[in-house]
Amino acid sequence: MSQQNPAISKGIDWLLVWLYIILVSIGIAAIFATTYREGDSIVQGFLSLKTDYSKQALFFIIAGVLAIFILLTDSKFFTATANISYAIGMVLLLLVFPFHTEVMGTKSIIRFGSSFQLQPAELCKVFVNLALAKYLSRIETDFNKPKAQLIAIAIAIVPALITIAQSETGLALVYFSFFLVMYREGLPAMYLVVGFSVAVLVVATLLIEPNLLAIILTALAILTIYFLRRQIKRRRELLFIIVSIWGVCVGIQRFAVPYVFENVLKPYQVKRIYDTIGKEYVPKDEAAKAEIDKQTKGKKKEDGNYNVRQSKIAIGSGGFLGKGLLSGTQTRYDFVPEQRTDFIFCTIGEGFGFIGSTILLGIYFLMLMRIVTIAERQRSVFSRCYAYGVAAVLFFHVAINICMTIGLAPVIGIPLPFISYGGTALLTFTMLLFILIRLDADRQMVLR
Amino acid sequence: MSVFNQSRSTVIRLIFIGLFVIILAQLINLQLISGKYKQAAMDNAVYPKVVYPNRGIIYDRKNRAILNNSIMYDLVVVPSQARKDVDTMALCRILEIDTAEYRKRMVESIFKNTAVRPSVFEDLLSAEMYARLDENLWKFPGFDLVPRPVRVYPFKAGANLLGYIGEADSGVIKRSKGFYRMGDYVGLSGMEAYYEKVLMGQRGVNYMIKDNKNRLVGNWENGMYDTAAIAGRDLKTYIDVEVQQLAEKLLQNKVGAIVAIEPKTGGIIAMASGPVFDPNLLTGSERQKNFNKLFLDVSSPLLNRAIKGQYPPGSTFKPLGGLIALDEGLITPSFGYGCGGRYGACGIGKPACTHSNAGHAANLRLATANSCNSYFTHVYRMAVDNPKYGGVKKGYEHWREYMTAFGLGHRIGIDLPSEDKGNIPDTALYNKVYRGAWSSCTNLTLGIGQDMMLATPVQLANATCIIANKGYYYTPHFVEKINGETKEDTILNAFRKRHNVLTQISDTAYEAIISGMQDVVDIGTARIARVEGISMCAKTGTAQNFKVIDGKRTELNENSMFICFAPRENPKIAVAVVVENAGYGATWAGRMASLLVEKFITDSLTTERKKLADEIANKNLMPGYLVREQYKQDSIRAYNWFKLTKDTSVIKRFQRRNTPAAPPIPADGRTPVIKNTPPAINNRTTFKIKRTATAI
Repeated sequence: MSQQNPAISKGIDWLLVWLYIILVSIGIAAIFATTYREGDSIVQGFLSLKTDYSKQALFFIIAGVLAIFILLTDSKFFTATANISYAIGMVLLLLVFPFHTEVMGTKSIIRFGSSFQLQPAELCKVFVNLALAKYLSRIETDFNKPKAQLIAIAIAIVPALITIAQSETGLALVYFSFFLVMYREGLPAMYLVVGFSVAVLVVATLLIEPNLLAIILTALAILTIYFLRRQIKRRRELLFIIVSIWGVCVGIQRFAVPYVFENVLKPYQVKRIYDTIGKEYVPKDEAAKAEIDKQTKGKKKEDGNYNVRQSKIAIGSGGFLGKGLLSGTQTRYDFVPEQRTDFIFCTIGEGFGFIGSTILLGIYFLMLMRIVTIAERQRSVFSRCYAYGVAAVLFFHVAINICMTIGLAPVIGIPLPFISYGGTALLTFTMLLFILIRLDADRQMVLR
Repeated sequence: MSVFNQSRSTVIRLIFIGLFVIILAQLINLQLISGKYKQAAMDNAVYPKVVYPNRGIIYDRKNRAILNNSIMYDLVVVPSQARKDVDTMALCRILEIDTAEYRKRMVESIFKNTAVRPSVFEDLLSAEMYARLDENLWKFPGFDLVPRPVRVYPFKAGANLLGYIGEADSGVIKRSKGFYRMGDYVGLSGMEAYYEKVLMGQRGVNYMIKDNKNRLVGNWENGMYDTAAIAGRDLKTYIDVEVQQLAEKLLQNKVGAIVAIEPKTGGIIAMASGPVFDPNLLTGSERQKNFNKLFLDVSSPLLNRAIKGQYPPGSTFKPLGGLIALDEGLITPSFGYGCGGRYGACGIGKPACTHSNAGHAANLRLATANSCNSYFTHVYRMAVDNPKYGGVKKGYEHWREYMTAFGLGHRIGIDLPSEDKGNIPDTALYNKVYRGAWSSCTNLTLGIGQDMMLATPVQLANATCIIANKGYYYTPHFVEKINGETKEDTILNAFRKRHNVLTQISDTAYEAIISGMQDVVDIGTARIARVEGISMCAKTGTAQNFKVIDGKRTELNENSMFICFAPRENPKIAVAVVVENAGYGATWAGRMASLLVEKFITDSLTTERKKLADEIANKNLMPGYLVREQYKQDSIRAYNWFKLTKDTSVIKRFQRRNTPAAPPIPADGRTPVIKNTPPAINNRTTFKIKRTATAI
């Protein structure tokens, strides 16, 4: 890599860059649609920097500058500073505890002055991704050994735990997306399968009558034994395994889930989970009820049920072609709460209908596929791991955010990448993506 | 190691594809298949704002608007916009409230309508307050003046006949099969109710866009689907508002009714019911308070006695009795009866007669002029005992057919709601009461308009019209025409049909009766009601009446009755007047009628006559028993209130020792005309109202 003539355009994957620009532009347009009122001067609105869309446009410019800086940086810088940046990230996360300002129920924001605020939990994704890639790409790491697997998991989970302590469950869940990277690097598929099965079991526990579920599980176990009767004759321990799986499942369903819901989770969190799956939550006693009231009071329409209903109405009323950018009644008149940030997909769904939503999904899909392709063409493990990290984080955000607006996932506050209003989020995703583009530009190098 | 796991990239791609397919499927479900979300978004954001049309205006015969629309202003506030920069002191000074009251109202507004939606801060501002606020409104951001249409009665007359409007209640909405909605104004009484369909017009709808806090933010689709409101149509009536005002003035402090009809058309010139009240009391901000006060008054000002008061017609019935006998050929105008002060033919010496001098009933004219009871009792008996029909029962049925023809005993179909029908008992009732054993002697006082006979003032006026018209009438009604009337407006057809009910009676018979009625004024019982220069034909009536007071059937002072029409040739006005418990017919009712006739025909009153009008208006003739009745009602209500709330503040007023004395016995103690009181089943209590004492 010749440093004499740092032509930043050399080796850059322009498709990703264009997709990025298109997405951010769609985002500004969508924010404009929700904030603009008839009679406002558009030019003035953009120049005044007081409106949300003008602020987002400013963040876009800042993000552009940041992107150019990243593209001008040497790739080795990222491998070299990966561990230090992780440390800095952790410190920032911990600094939140003494210095946070509580804004609308979250304790994860540090404020500087009156207008600028930073959410370390958001920013930390980049550092964790770098650190994880660095760890996995070390020559001495043997990822087949449980010790290495545990360390890798710890790198991802520690910041998640800290974030949960800041009541930002949504952001914390993002860190679980790094399991996808580990899976690619050789983490046994069993981990993912078991995790997924437990998740399905927990949801089933909430949805289905306990006794009925127990009967279903038992029936499944008996059926399995019946179909595997020949193998079982040969290998007796198979029967033992099946019976213990059955035992664990019933244990989770009968004891673990009720215990967690009653003793570990806060009542309002339980209520939110119930809201998501569409069941009425009856608080177990007066104290729990009072706590739910306390949590929901003072927050702006924190009722997840209401949000999802309004959001579904907005998207559903868009129809095939949509109502037009400025004609959506749901999003224009504040029926959907948080519609500039977490529920911004509604604006697109209502304004541009099925066609617009599908095109947006297509852009994301193209971007993710492109990132996987890029990942696979890397020579260095670090770059590949990092690329998969980016893909996993983006995928998690897009999937959860959109599923939440169309009623398929619980309402957890995470933004739609590149589109939702918010400076920290936009800068974080820009960093994530452009570090990848920078690394990809040097894909012939082997980085450690 | 990386090569080893290469296949896993495909798995990851498949996971991505899988989730995107799930999202796409849900989008197809939401946006393409399920239709309910479009409607839900409409319900959320589009608000059909109803535009109320102006109600129709009611004009009198000289095109003066007697029921009009006006705009009053409400001061409306949006509390969230009124937090700072409001000159509170100035506002309080204009509204004449203190700052504590200001804060209280603010809190109430926020409580009722939230801080971001407008609520009424002060409603129906006076003209002066409006002017001062309008000038200073810039000092009060967040406040606004919002117009509101109200009904006004510029002549302060016609309360009972014009009626009033109010918000449609659940009963009205149910009966209209969903045509009316909550918040609609609907005519609740009088012409407002009868002509509701004509007056109300058609509602318009403006589709507005509202936001998540129900604030209206603009037109939906630029008003493409809006419909304009169509104003209600105006009514032209026969009412002469000056005569109406005079009638109401005369009935001040009296219980009674006045009806004046134009005989040639059936058009009602004036209709008043005493005690009178200003119709403007039932519009504007004090409406509910005033309504409660009027509703709880035992003298029932809200009752339109012209159509709902049922009175024994007394001597005013005599011309009708005379006409029947003439038509049947039982008597000739020269028929005389020797009355010596009482009627002896039935052996009970009743009824008595006010005159005992010889020859006061020497012929029909004289008998009418002197109102001889014996004469008309005899004539009645002759009619029902007519040998032609064989038996009193058949004779009575025949007589009753005449009554029906005169418009008595049934509703005549005036254009006001809830008219009463009076009472002409049928043979079945007499059979029941007397177990089939009765004769013309039993109910002989029917001949002088007593016994069980009851008639409403409008029926009496209508019967007078039939005499004046010599046999025909038009159903009494107010409305001459509807503005922009079309073929579909069938509501007035019934009033344009001439009813030739008694045209078979010969002109000579009518002339005989009419001459007698003219003599009533010229030489007879109503000389006091004579109007110089106008040939008036009239009949006085002094009707006995009873009322159950404190469980005892008490005879009250007589009702003062009077019917008349004028001029004799080509009659222009027929009047019926009833003044309850006022005494002699000519003294009160007669003089009142004469003033109305003079006012209508000459369009003015002389100074002397104006003085008389003032004198009558200032005379308080309210029956004495009302005081006692009011006390009873109020104290019972106070007791119930106490039982309900344990609040002693109201009942304390009634616990003093000096309760009002027992009901006063008829004041001047004049000898009643008839001593023989009819059997116990009488329903002479002039009217019954169901009272539900709910409002306090």
